[in-house]
Amino acid sequence: MSMNRRQFLKIAGLSSLGIGAGWILSKPGDFLEAAQYLQAGQTLQAKQWAMVIDTRKFKTEEDYKKVIDACHRAHNVPDFGNPKDEVKWIWTDKFKHAFPGQESNYMFESLQSVPFLLLCNHCENPPCVRVCPTKATFKRKDGITMQDLHRCIGCRYCMAGCPYGARSFNYRDPRPFIKEPNPEYPTRMIGVVEKCTFCDERLAKGLMPACVDASNGALIFGDIKDPDSDVRKILQTNYTIRRKAELGTQPSVYYILDIPTSISGGDING
Amino acid sequence: MYNGGKIIVGIIVFVLLATFPFYSNIGKVSAKPEIKLDTPFIQQLPESERKCVESKEYMKAEHMALLNEWRDSAIRNSKREYINSEGKMFSISLQNTCMKCHSNKKEFCDKCHNYAAVKPYCWTCHIEPKEKEL
Repeated sequence: MSMNRRQFLKIAGLSSLGIGAGWILSKPGDFLEAAQYLQAGQTLQAKQWAMVIDTRKFKTEEDYKKVIDACHRAHNVPDFGNPKDEVKWIWTDKFKHAFPGQESNYMFESLQSVPFLLLCNHCENPPCVRVCPTKATFKRKDGITMQDLHRCIGCRYCMAGCPYGARSFNYRDPRPFIKEPNPEYPTRMIGVVEKCTFCDERLAKGLMPACVDASNGALIFGDIKDPDSDVRKILQTNYTIRRKAELGTQPSVYYILDIPTSISGGDING
Repeated sequence: MYNGGKIIVGIIVFVLLATFPFYSNIGKVSAKPEIKLDTPFIQQLPESERKCVESKEYMKAEHMALLNEWRDSAIRNSKREYINSEGKMFSISLQNTCMKCHSNKKEFCDKCHNYAAVKPYCWTCHIEPKEKEL
């Protein structure tokens, strides 16, 4: 098809009109100018939330269960009843699995056998955030490693990235496996990854995380960047260890170990 | 044209089948969805308080955009309070704010969504209020 100058200009002119019309149609939705979004006044503030787990205060099976149940019930964490599909926000494991590289066969009995409470470490330098291709998991201003499950595509890179096993994948629809759903909190769907959020929804209401509330003082929560915070005071007076701190992720969960009193200068039978 | 008759018959049959939904519905008007706002919670509210977070017209047209903004505000910006254009505060939560009033998902959300054949996937995670089976 041949075209002369006049026809070309006609078509070009019409096309540019069309582009202009397209721009008008694509104007953003009717946003309300007067509306505002605010953070609730009672929201607890921090630069980096952190937790100290005083393992000396966990004596019985019941002490762990109470804390774990409080979390899992509040957040509609399903119980599939088998370890293959397990979804967990807070759980327990042995010293040698929680702190690999620090265990020894001749360590005192109490450390070898006792379970340790484990959860997301809300690292200052979280590898899960670095690998997430959709920014579904991200670092909040208050240090919480948050997840936007609306964006999760279930690629599980974060699970591979997390050195602490803190993330669980929903291999199955979790809905039927939640015994008593908490109607105030959402569930998850099949194909997304989930983990502890340091109870961001409770912090926004001025409440401490559910596990901290249920722990009877065994879990201490506060701002690690604030020298006057509870966690900092405890770190000043107790020897604490962190999980795999050598990896450089700067985990924010600290553990006070139950060391026989003979080491700390007391009675050997104590 | 080889097999011309068969081809033409085939084309006619195809066109008839493909346009069946159109001519079979000509002149029929499907009933407009009537959404119900008479949940027990809304009825308890005094007349002056019976307002959604924004005007009815705005909510009808833009609720999906508002919900998207709410989602991003609460999760990504940690801002969980919404001050509407009249200056009134609402806590940003689908389950605890929207559905507290609109506790009748079947008669409220689903009515229009089914009519418009849209399937929002809110409820794969967010828990819908318990309703009595009809």
